[in-house]
Amino acid sequence: MLMDNRQEIVRLRVNGDLREVGVPVHYTLLEALRYGLRLTGSKQGCDKGDCGACTVILDGRPTLSCITPVWEAEGSDVVTVEGLATAEGPHPLQDEFDRNGAAQCGFCTPGILCSAAALLERNPSASRQEIQEALGGNLCRCTGYTKIYDAVEAAGARLAETAAPETEGR
Amino acid sequence: MLRLPPFRYHRPTSLAGALSLKGEFGSDAMYVAGGTDLIPNMKHRLFEPDHLIALKGVPELVGIGERDGHLRIGASVTLADVAASEAVRSRFPALAEAAAHVAGPQLRNSGTLGGNVCLDTRCTYYNQTAFWRGALGYCLKKDGDVCHVTKVGKKCVAAHSADTPPVLMTLDAVVVLAGPGGERRVSLADFFVADGILNTQREPDEVLTEILIPLDSATRRQGYAKLRQRKSIDFPLLTVAVAVGLEGDRVQSLDGVVTGLGARPRRLTGWQEIAEGRALDDGLVEELAERAHKQCHPLENIIVDPDWRRAMVAVYVKRALAKARAA
Repeated sequence: MLMDNRQEIVRLRVNGDLREVGVPVHYTLLEALRYGLRLTGSKQGCDKGDCGACTVILDGRPTLSCITPVWEAEGSDVVTVEGLATAEGPHPLQDEFDRNGAAQCGFCTPGILCSAAALLERNPSASRQEIQEALGGNLCRCTGYTKIYDAVEAAGARLAETAAPETEGR
Repeated sequence: MLRLPPFRYHRPTSLAGALSLKGEFGSDAMYVAGGTDLIPNMKHRLFEPDHLIALKGVPELVGIGERDGHLRIGASVTLADVAASEAVRSRFPALAEAAAHVAGPQLRNSGTLGGNVCLDTRCTYYNQTAFWRGALGYCLKKDGDVCHVTKVGKKCVAAHSADTPPVLMTLDAVVVLAGPGGERRVSLADFFVADGILNTQREPDEVLTEILIPLDSATRRQGYAKLRQRKSIDFPLLTVAVAVGLEGDRVQSLDGVVTGLGARPRRLTGWQEIAEGRALDDGLVEELAERAHKQCHPLENIIVDPDWRRAMVAVYVKRALAKARAA
């Protein structure tokens, strides 16, 4: 076995910022985010691709960062839960999770927010079934999912409203 | 927390580059595409390559399009893209459905069709941490010499657990393998072998570059049904794919493949003889289901009751055939 703990510099575009970070060459994207960049929002759950707690958005697609070698993310756009809010305030999803009581222990929440944000970016008017399918890879052991689906639906409605041009009104 | 063993990651930008890296590092290197199978297995110390050769940046492995009477799907096309492709959905709906049923959305965004075809076999006593496996004295497939499933057997019975190969087999698909000596084509029907340790004909230095499906196969009515514990994330406990060629209302050709049971997908035998020239009615479907049930004998290689999985063979064959009739 290769006994090599050498670190190398990896260049990552995370939440819009170009970051350089030294990591052991066999780090996953999740380890680079959490232990290299101190972005601890993305969670280390099962750490083998089952639970979805580590979900980040890689080039627009929800991706499991715990089984993505960090080098595979070089040259891609990474969005983590830390990148969803703007200077104006929380992302509508985060606001609706708060209003709907969609988070309990909160461990699965960052991953679910990333899966849901990627869905609503593509399709703010996603149906209940499309929401369920999009969150099919995120396990939550507290809520029973109902309030999560409610929150995503409500956030989608808000995003669809802001996206629709006002001139359509009569 | 599951740490990866140390490795170097290489990102070649051509097939020749990938093959030459493999030539350089030999058995110390492995190819990786989506990584959704290999990376968790490395975390379990089932594989500890010093070098990983990434295939995602290899242009020869991308794209979906027609070529020489075939639909060509590049091996590194993700399962999400296969499921969403209009070229696939319009001709091979069962393949799109199978791809859409693999694991969960995030895994389909990374995992590839080529990777699904080359998926490592799975077993209760294999897909575990090194600590877990060591406590039990390891097993035939990795580091040990005893099979905890059959107790006495000297042949690994880990289960082939991929969703798309059964469908691809019923559509007469062919895979292209590129190695240092050039290219070869292997029919998917001949690709799998009955050895749970290494269940494909792919040599370690070969890259699966593309999957070719004859466009003629699109005239067959296809059906696919998957048994699993949840509606998402799971590997199949049982997968059934069928393809029926009809002339009028009479069966001209009939193919059925079942997997999730043993080390390779099982092509159901005797179906053509029973069905040829007959209408695909309820009576025939019952006969076919019974015939399938007789030849499937699941083992305790997956931690779900084998008697129940066996009983479900008949049920899921009927469901797959019902979809083919409705197609």
